[in-house]
Amino acid sequence: MKRIITDDQAVCWGVRLARAEVIAACPLTPQIQVVAELSGLCASGDLMARFIQVESEHSAMAACIGASSAGARTFTATSAQGLARMHELLHRAAGARLPIVMADINRTLAPGWTMWSDQNDSHSRRDTGWIQIHCESTQEVLDSTIQAFKLAEAVDLPVMVILDAIHLSHASEPLGIPDSAEVDAFLPGRASRRKLDGDDFHTPGAPASPVFDMELRLRHQEAMAEALTTLDTVDEEWGRRFGRRYGAIESYRTEDADLVLVVSGTVASTARHVVDQLREEGEKVGLVKVRLFRPFPTVAMRKALSGIPHVAVLDRNLSPGHSGILAGEIRAALYDLGPGRRPAIHGYIIGPGDREARPETILDCIARTREAAKNPDASEREDTWVGVRS
Amino acid sequence: MSQIVVKDRIPREELMAPGHLACPGCGGSIAMRLVLKALGPRTVATGPACCWTILSGPEPRSALGVPHLHIAPGATAATASGIRAALDALGDTETTVLAWADAGDTSDAGLQALSGAAERNEDILCVCHDEDACMNAGILCAPATPRGAGTATAPTGTPRSHPRKDLIGILAAHRIPYAATSTVAHPVDLIGKVQKARAIRGMKFLHILAPCPPGWKVADEETVDLARQAVRTRVFPLFEVENGQRWRFTTDHPGDPVEPYIRRQGRFGHLTPEQVRRIQSEVDARWEMLKRRVEAGI
Repeated sequence: MKRIITDDQAVCWGVRLARAEVIAACPLTPQIQVVAELSGLCASGDLMARFIQVESEHSAMAACIGASSAGARTFTATSAQGLARMHELLHRAAGARLPIVMADINRTLAPGWTMWSDQNDSHSRRDTGWIQIHCESTQEVLDSTIQAFKLAEAVDLPVMVILDAIHLSHASEPLGIPDSAEVDAFLPGRASRRKLDGDDFHTPGAPASPVFDMELRLRHQEAMAEALTTLDTVDEEWGRRFGRRYGAIESYRTEDADLVLVVSGTVASTARHVVDQLREEGEKVGLVKVRLFRPFPTVAMRKALSGIPHVAVLDRNLSPGHSGILAGEIRAALYDLGPGRRPAIHGYIIGPGDREARPETILDCIARTREAAKNPDASEREDTWVGVRS
Repeated sequence: MSQIVVKDRIPREELMAPGHLACPGCGGSIAMRLVLKALGPRTVATGPACCWTILSGPEPRSALGVPHLHIAPGATAATASGIRAALDALGDTETTVLAWADAGDTSDAGLQALSGAAERNEDILCVCHDEDACMNAGILCAPATPRGAGTATAPTGTPRSHPRKDLIGILAAHRIPYAATSTVAHPVDLIGKVQKARAIRGMKFLHILAPCPPGWKVADEETVDLARQAVRTRVFPLFEVENGQRWRFTTDHPGDPVEPYIRRQGRFGHLTPEQVRRIQSEVDARWEMLKRRVEAGI
């Protein structure tokens, strides 16, 4: 079935097809459409889930932890301030190894008070132990939402499906809605139903001494490693059934490239357009889109960028006092590639607070990279801010 | 005066094992033992960081015969709502979801989630075991701490200067189906109220006075006697409220003077006779208000 819908609605289609059993959420812009539509689907019986409209995001995640601990397939959605408010409980959900799926609609954290998009809300939740998947298009949002449940339940970790506010959440695109029976075959009911009545799950979250705690962290890390492989398996099966694959990262026209852009989120579409344009003009430019941010696909990234002379990382976020967050990740991943294999890495801050990232912005980043390439110390330089008003 | 009719006496079944980590004379442990007896094994508990985080024992051990999901401060009633939703979604509408928190979390961090759950009329039983302060963290002052009590964060030189929050009043104002008080000195009353609450669909709230010997600075063996005296003095009257409207006393309150109750507790040791008289007049005023509500019969 083909429809033109917004990404907020695509999230809802994903949740509906995944047959979530409990949904707890607190509405806030720009996620309100998700909450409103899901509550409607639950009320009409199109989705046989219990819907709880809680009074805060702290309570939303608490309710999700309760529901997932008791065995239900559980979903929530939030954005920016709401995600930040959940923070403590995000650690709990991941540490308790609960396969909760959440849509986070990337919105800029206040101040200033804004509805526009940037990635700092989810990027500053990087170390909570959640799997994080960034989406570029409406179709990818729907597909990723369903994939997320399969991945979460396979490795017992929560998954955040991340989409840009406004650019995705309120944009409409045509998309194919997968056949419900086919989704059921891909994603049966929650498999390992851990319930609050088994001997092995009797007092979850009870005080743990250092004798136990370190091993729990190691298991978490191992599960993250497993998630890298499992995502591939899940994605491969999705591709077989529905004809679309996304991978942990996507390399686009990187063959023989001397400059590769690295981006995540909707700006990937703009970058793809720029790459096509420049390729037509004979420039050897490519693109790597980062879809999986946690666990970070280090091996895939090294494979994709090894030997590329220049990499330009475009960040729509910032770790104040350090760098663009994606640039920092890429620098760390490629650090020890060795002489001749390790690219010069150029970081560009192009849009905290949703400064518009137009094709010209990306062309500007490329031009600056070409210029910096003439400087042998290029890879050591700090991020460049592009698009700042003078 | 109406009486709770309890056909069966205190159930024999024990759902709390010995070997828990409570202090000697802990009112909170007596409260849990009695509530679980009343609820039986088809119960799932959840609670925030409070004494009961410690009391049930460290992973992987537990003194409780029912599952107990530990959660963050301020999150208990929301977590319980999620457990309820999951059980319902998976076809289990019979298991009781027990949201258990101390006075500190219930009256402070947890009040928002509690109000949210009350407003949604969640089918859960929320219990506050009230030891008058945040005892597990080191006897810290809380909105539930009575005026005049010395605590680590409001020491005897500058004791608690406000009256405590009226928890039952707050919950009754939400017009939940059932709210009641009880104490660890009134097991038949307590068990009757828990069983009554268990049979009601919707939000239930139970406020249980559970003296804390280290926090109140009394001897270990005084817990039950203090709780009994708190009722006799009308410091902690026993009553129940249905739908926020029908207020009913559930025992006699002879109105013994407050002073002996105050004087036997070290936490009030610094109070002057004038300050004790002020507490007495506050207790009298609250009693009159409660009596008017009961007599109004609505």
